Formats: sequence, structure tokens, C-alpha cells
Amino acid sequence: MSDIAASDRIAELEANPERIGFLSWVASVDHKQIGIMYMLSALFFFGLGGLEALIIRAQLAMPGNHIVTPDTFNQLFSMHGTTMIFLVVMPVLAGLTAYVIPLMVGARDVAFPRLNAFSFWVQLFGGVLLYFSFVAGGAPNAGWFSYAPLSEPAYSFNNGVTYWILGLAGVGVGSLAGAINMAVTILKLRVPGMTIRRLPLFCWMTLVNSFLMIFALPVINAALVLLLADRLLNAHIFTPAFGGSAILWQHYFWGFGHPEVYIMILPAFAIISEVIPVFAGKPIYGYEFVAGSTVAIAFMSFAVWAHHMFAVGLGHLFDLFFGISTMAIAVPTGIKIFNWTATLYQGRLRFTTAMKFAVAFIVMFTIGGLSGVSFAVVPLDWQLTDTYYLVAHLHYVLFGGAIFAIFAGIYYWFPKMSGRMLDERVGNWHFWITFIGFNLTFLVQHLLGMMGMPRRVFTYPDWPWWMTLNMISTIGAFVLLISVIVFLWNIVSSLNHGEIAGDNPWDAWTLEWATSSPPPVENFDLVPPVHGRRPLWDLKHPERADELVAAAAGK
Amino acid sequence: MSKSKLAVSLFILSEANFFALLIIAYLYFHAYPGEGPTAATSLNAYRTGIFSIFLFASSATMMLASRSYRAKSSAAFGWLIATLVLGGIFLFGQVREYMELYASGVTANRSLFATTFFTLTGFHGLHVAVGLLAIAAITILTGVGTLGTSAREADAFGSVEIYWHFVDGVWVVIFTIVYLWAFL
Repeated sequence: MSDIAASDRIAELEANPERIGFLSWVASVDHKQIGIMYMLSALFFFGLGGLEALIIRAQLAMPGNHIVTPDTFNQLFSMHGTTMIFLVVMPVLAGLTAYVIPLMVGARDVAFPRLNAFSFWVQLFGGVLLYFSFVAGGAPNAGWFSYAPLSEPAYSFNNGVTYWILGLAGVGVGSLAGAINMAVTILKLRVPGMTIRRLPLFCWMTLVNSFLMIFALPVINAALVLLLADRLLNAHIFTPAFGGSAILWQHYFWGFGHPEVYIMILPAFAIISEVIPVFAGKPIYGYEFVAGSTVAIAFMSFAVWAHHMFAVGLGHLFDLFFGISTMAIAVPTGIKIFNWTATLYQGRLRFTTAMKFAVAFIVMFTIGGLSGVSFAVVPLDWQLTDTYYLVAHLHYVLFGGAIFAIFAGIYYWFPKMSGRMLDERVGNWHFWITFIGFNLTFLVQHLLGMMGMPRRVFTYPDWPWWMTLNMISTIGAFVLLISVIVFLWNIVSSLNHGEIAGDNPWDAWTLEWATSSPPPVENFDLVPPVHGRRPLWDLKHPERADELVAAAAGK
Repeated sequence: MSKSKLAVSLFILSEANFFALLIIAYLYFHAYPGEGPTAATSLNAYRTGIFSIFLFASSATMMLASRSYRAKSSAAFGWLIATLVLGGIFLFGQVREYMELYASGVTANRSLFATTFFTLTGFHGLHVAVGLLAIAAITILTGVGTLGTSAREADAFGSVEIYWHFVDGVWVVIFTIVYLWAFL
């Protein structure tokens, strides 16, 4: 490897074997340790964000409840959304990519190991700063998108939104540095033979996603500094009463916010595109289309933002353009669903826990995708926007989508990271409890939304069915709590007593499975030759190598 | 392209987008100014124009420094010092401009022009300052003779150079939009 910094460090570690324990993690620039720390920090915030969700659901279980005050309720839903998006989904995906990408491309580490450590720590402290607001006068209370002028000093009586700005700026800087690091790693550190057309789809989508972050994160950073000027310097960029423009905030926020949706879901697609082929025992159907549609999604994601703003009244031409572009972006996403389904077709399916989560992902994400397309129909959007129908939609794509894919990825790569298998029997329980709890919680919210229940209300009147449906949703949320406990138990017990994994427990074919589990500091003693998209398959079945099969088929 | 140069280029793509968004905010309120000071009433385009020439000249000296460095000539050190001085003069001009604006009561909360002007030019000034720090680092390394000409060291030099040209390029756009346009 050309990376002198990394080889220096390895020599240093070999010379000092006593450097283990706490300091070896805090001072680490090893992508595997940093990846695991990312995931642990995400797990910690997942606990906090989940706790907030449970309090929200407890408050809404019955009409006229007074478990929390309205102001606390505002803080809870604002922090729940911000936490789950910026401190859970983004970091856990950043951690998975930081761990897996260098192994997958056959490199010793990421392109810039120290920058990688910087990314992790700055995003962690961004999260800590955000949560510090609870003891500094109150958490942010203007929702996860902090609409102006609600987020302006005149309407928010604590410093929460200021902490929100600073915390998100930290997370944004960390994510941007991480994105640059991953893009350079994939573009520059691939083993010889791994051409861009042989790149595993996980790397393909991470690469596209990195570019998405490089272009989308500065949008919110610009909006954040302007809002900060409003809050700290008494400026009026977003206050209409003084000539400013509240709509400008919405354009800026969603100009970032919609690409952000894909920043969270593309890595989920990436995981699914590795897990499904391996457990279907077939190469992915239509590799080029999966990669190409990802590029299409990335471009189109910058031209759909105002579908979050149909209720603003931007005019018919605006609504028409963004309605059509939103329907159009469903096409490349639909192509992917088709590719994964076609990969399953006539495959030798192995329903491991990872595979169960992956297949459930396809179904749950399709439901969320369809309700998303329904929002592209402007009159429907006017009827359903800011109701529980929207809450149901976004949880089907972010929980049923991103989180299910993350669980699939964790069950898939945990053996590589720890050297031990997660227990499949407990995993089976975890999957079904999650699946049932998730659908109990969110399926009924479609109905509540159509009945007119607005999102973010602190309580509601005792109208027919409202209590029943809300109670079902709350019970579902507590079922999800049980599922998380089962998951944690599986992690802890498997770390201690799990079956030893070996190098390649799933019979997978990408390079990370060629090294030991867990991999040594330098990752590989010898990287296997890469002549196709499935190097380990070619190695194991030289007579049926992808190259030979393709040649025989006359391609 | 080497690892470092690729990373700096990607970073610049992102930063360019950041400035584009701040410029959009500036232009938006240029079209709908509201009350209070505006560019036409508070800015001195001639004086800032002169200070801008120093910044543009620093791009040329940076290029000469880079050329001398690649030719293993000792002139590199002198050109780097020249770049630092020229960039420093530009930054001094900006500080002076800010102080005058402050003295005449034009602060960030006075008008939408003032807020967008200070965020836009302030972030540019911050980028100039960071660039000067990076150039100071390679100047010192060149001066004491520890900056060799290995591929890795040449990449470090090249990356700083790319960044500095970007900072200048952004100023061409900002100066045109904020100062020249105000008087058209």
C-alpha cells in the first residue's frame, strides 16, 4: 500500500503490543475501530431517540393525557427526529462504510486515516452538544427542520435551536469529511484488477452517496449560518416581519433535506444489494442498472425538494414541476426493487436473519415508496400533508427502509467484525418482533392521518377510533422496545458465547471475506486476485468463474 | 490525480456550493432589499477593488512559487513570502473595511444587505485566513529546508495551491456580484 501514514502506525502498533484498551480506541486511526465506535455512538443515541419516541407514544396513547407538558412534547419530537436522522442513521451508515469499504476494495485503511478519526469525533461531539441543550435551558423545540420564523428568537424561548444549529454543523462537518474520505478511498485505493465495472455495488452506492453529501451538506451549512446570524446577531434573514423570507429557509432546508433522504437510503440500498445476492446464491440481476439508477437518483434528488412545500402556495407551475419530478424519481428506485426481486427469483434462498431483514426491507420500503408517490399528487398532498399519514410514510422509508437494511447489514457483517456469529434463533425472534412491532406502530398511522389527525399535536379529542388506533400504535412502540432489548441481548451474548465465524461464514464473494474474522490491523496478508465482480467465487469455483461463464455465454 | 489533490478538489466542490448558497441569499435580498443600508450606499468599490488586485496577484505569485518548487529552485521561498504578504494585505483591507462599516453604523443586523454581505464576505475572509495559515506552513517548511520533492510532499504543496486559487476564484465572483453590480 502506498499509504505511508498507515504503515507507520502499523509498525508502531507492532512494536508496542501493550497499547490496547481504552486509549487504543480513543487514539485510534484504524478504520475498523473507528467504524465500530461510529456504530456504538449510533446505538447510544438510538437509545435516547427511542426513549423520546416512547414518551411521545405514551403521551398519545389516550386522549387528554398529561404525561408531559406541551413544551416538553415539542422538545421531544424535535429531538427524536433530529437524533434518529443525524445521530443514528447517518453515523451507523458512516460506521458500516468506514469498516467495510477499505476491506471490500482490498486496501489497508481508508485514504486518510486521521481525517477518518476527525470525522467520527466531530460528529460525536456535535451530538453531545445537541444533547447538552437539555441541561442548558431546554432542547430545540421547532421540529427537526426548524421552520422559520418558529425557530427565530421571537418564538422560541430557550437556546435549544442555537444548540441545534451548532450540533448539526458539527455533524455536517464530520459527514462531509467522511464522504470525501470514502470517495477518495474508492477511487484511489482499489486493488489492481478491481475496475470501476467490477466494483461491488456497496462501493458503487457509497461512492455516489459521497458525492451526494459533498453537494448537499453545504446547503444546510449555509442555511445554518444564516439562521445563526438571525439568532445571535439579531439579523432578519428568515423573519418576514422585517423584510426577511421564511420561504427562503424552506427552500434551503429542503434543498438539503431531500438529498438527505437519499443520503440515508442509498447506503441502505447498498447493504441490500450485497445481502440479497449472497443469500440468493446468485449474482445481482442487472448490475449496471442498479449502479446506473443510483446515479440517476443522485442527480434527480436535487430537483424534487419543493414537494415538501406544496402547501406553501408557490404557484401551479412550481407544483406541476415538482409533482412530476417526484413521480419521475420513483422510476430509478422502482428499477432497484425490480433488480432485487429478480435476483431472488429462482435463487437458492437461505433465510438467515440478515436475509429476512433484507426481504422485509423490500416490502416495507415499497409501501413507504408508494405512499411517497401519493404525496407527489398535489391535491392529495394538500389533504394529507402534516398529518399522521406523513408520519407513517416517513417511518416506512426510514425505519422499514433504512433501519431494516441496517439490521440486515449488522447481521451480515457482525461475524466479520467480532469473529463470532450472532445467534440465529434469537435473531429470528428479533426479526419477527421488530416486524410486528413496526407494522403495529405505523400501519394504523396511515388511517389516523386520513382521518385528519395532525402530526406534532400534544394531545387530541376523544373522537371515534382515534383512541383505539393511537393505542395500537403505542402498543406497537413498546413491542419495538422489546425487540431492541432482544437485539442487545443477542449482541452481548453472541460476543461472549457466539459460534466462531471463520473467514467466510456466509459463502460470500467480496474481498472482506477473504481475510480473517476479525481482520488483522493491516487487513490482508495477501489480497486475492480480482478478475470479476465476485473474486472469492472465482477462487472457489475456478471452473465456473464469472469470466468463463460470461465468455461461454458469448458476451 | 493524487489522493490529496483529489480530496482537496472534492472539498472545493463542496465549498463552492456553500458559497453559491450564500450568494443566492445575497442576490435574493438584493432584489428585495427592504429598509436600511444597501451595497450602493455603504460600499467603496474602488478601494476594495485595489485590495482585490493584491489577492489576484497572490494567485500569480503562488503559481510562480509552485513552478520554482517543481524546478527545485530556491526562488520558491521568496514567491511564497510574496504570496503571504499579498494575501495579508487583502485581509488587512477587509478588516479595515469592516471597521469603517462598523463605525458608520452598518452592522450585521441593520439590513438584509448587511447580514448577507457580512456572512458572504466574512466566510470568504475566513477562507483566506485558513489559506494563509496553510501557505505559512509550507513557507516555513521550505524556509528551513525540510520540504523535499517526493511525490507525497509535492502533493501537499499542490493541494495548498489548488485551495488558494479557489479562494481567489471565489473572490472574483463575489467582487463582481457584490461590488461591481451595486453600481451598475
